[in-house]
Amino acid sequence: MKAADTYDRPRGRERMLVVDPDCGCWAVTDVQRLADTLEAGDLVVVNDAATLPASLRGTTADGTPVELRIMGPPDANRWPLAVLDGQDWRTPTQDRHRPPILRPGQTLRLSGGLEAEIQSVQSPYQVLATIRGGDVWAAVFRTGRPVQYAYMRQDVPLGAVQTAFATRPWAAEMPSAARPLTWSTLLPLRRRGVGLARLTHAAGLSSVDGGAVDATLPLPERSDIPAETVRAIRATRAGGGRVLAVGTTVTRALEGRVAAAGDLVPGVGTTDLILEAGSTLQVVDGLLSNLHEPGESHFSLFTAFAEEPLLRSANALADRHDLRAHEFGDATLILAGALARIPRDACLAA
Amino acid sequence: MLPTVLITGASRGLGAALLRTFAEAGHPVVGVARHPAALHAVVDDLRRRGLAAHAVQGDVANPDTTAALIGEAVAKAGPIGVLINNASILGQTPLPLLLDMEDRSMNAVFQANTLGPWRLMKAVAGPMVLRGHGLIVNISSDAAVHHYPTWGGYGASKAALDHLTATLAAELDGTGVRLLAVDPGEMHTQMHRDAVPDADPDSLADPADVAVRLVRAMSAGASGRISLPALGVAS
Repeated sequence: MKAADTYDRPRGRERMLVVDPDCGCWAVTDVQRLADTLEAGDLVVVNDAATLPASLRGTTADGTPVELRIMGPPDANRWPLAVLDGQDWRTPTQDRHRPPILRPGQTLRLSGGLEAEIQSVQSPYQVLATIRGGDVWAAVFRTGRPVQYAYMRQDVPLGAVQTAFATRPWAAEMPSAARPLTWSTLLPLRRRGVGLARLTHAAGLSSVDGGAVDATLPLPERSDIPAETVRAIRATRAGGGRVLAVGTTVTRALEGRVAAAGDLVPGVGTTDLILEAGSTLQVVDGLLSNLHEPGESHFSLFTAFAEEPLLRSANALADRHDLRAHEFGDATLILAGALARIPRDACLAA
Repeated sequence: MLPTVLITGASRGLGAALLRTFAEAGHPVVGVARHPAALHAVVDDLRRRGLAAHAVQGDVANPDTTAALIGEAVAKAGPIGVLINNASILGQTPLPLLLDMEDRSMNAVFQANTLGPWRLMKAVAGPMVLRGHGLIVNISSDAAVHHYPTWGGYGASKAALDHLTATLAAELDGTGVRLLAVDPGEMHTQMHRDAVPDADPDSLADPADVAVRLVRAMSAGASGRISLPALGVAS
């Protein structure tokens, strides 16, 4: 499937691949049809993380350039950083060279007059560093750029990778499942009695080395689940409503919290849950996401919602109709009973 | 925990006074301004007094930096509970008749006074709707309502801001997000000196007093459009 390669495709007008595990069927429609599939008493849960300008330029003491990518929000000035070579996003990840070896105690000069001191090394590609030298957040927002990849045609501006409700800058990359959700869609849903709840999940990098490190993704990620959201989820399930997760990050946050804590306990926590075929979903009933293909960790999570052959057939239809993958592309909805509610003439099934 | 208040044009005048008033009342505050020295003078003074004040340097007129401005503000001070769009420019001075106003000046006035505030509203209102509460205050002018010769560009930009405020309020009805447009009245500030160099200072309000009255009106739940002079509070 081709990637959407421009960042300014109009939001809310994307196409949507619908996968319905109830009938074992699938179709292509428009994302506006999402409203048909939801009714009063259902709950939509979104990730309100804003996207960081996570890509920073730096140099080692001997002048070797590096690209650093902030992997998640800092904890008391300890920043998780991915280390890449001194090229940039225009080079496909798998063609980039090994980054320079870094050691604890080493310092890197960052743009904006900052210095990063390596505290610990998790792998050749991942370090924990403290940053000093002035107003760190100001320098990050002035000199950092969004993380992006070689399928894009241009530099992506920070404003183009924010959802319609982006709040705390926790995400290394855009929680892009929500890109198609405009307020023109969300406000009428609210008025109809479909609930809208939020959590903040530190969506991580989707690629680091194009190889062995990528095979370990997603890494453990932090979530903050408000008590209000836990109450909304409990009330929804008690009332027979369904919980629609917008994004794999929301799915991971909620299912990971139950897996780790035994219950949906509010507050901040970390999840290392990997969802795959056969995983039991205890909180989430359906998923709105982007388009993903076998081999991606997101696709593996899809198989917790629907069987792989069904997903593959659906993807083939999407491909025939030139739906686009990646963050600026089209959408996938996996929700039991969804296709029974969308008018036939709004669907392409072949 | 009191809501975080973000104020644009916070390096002087009404903006600085509002920053101080909210900080002294216990709110975390973020001041935004173009010129770092003046902004830091105001913010650092509050921080020395142990108050939770933060500075974000930025130009609201620049469409390419809105996301970074808000991102930095939230990173430093948490989600924005109150946005006060106070930063404004007059455009070219001496203020010109509309037929004499330069194109570049009219564009700049609308970018700073109308579109900049709209972009900031877009960035903060979504999170406010998701949380079910929030307040957006847009500083207006009686030049938006009366038609004073030479105030045409500035007045039009404020009239447009008033219109956006009221329309957004209609669109967000029922969400818990409150919108307020405020005519603060004429104040003894640099902006007023630039506009009316020979004004009698005794006829102008002290921005510190105006800030206190505005905060009182906000806390009392004011919405829609209010004019502080018309509220008739003793100066």
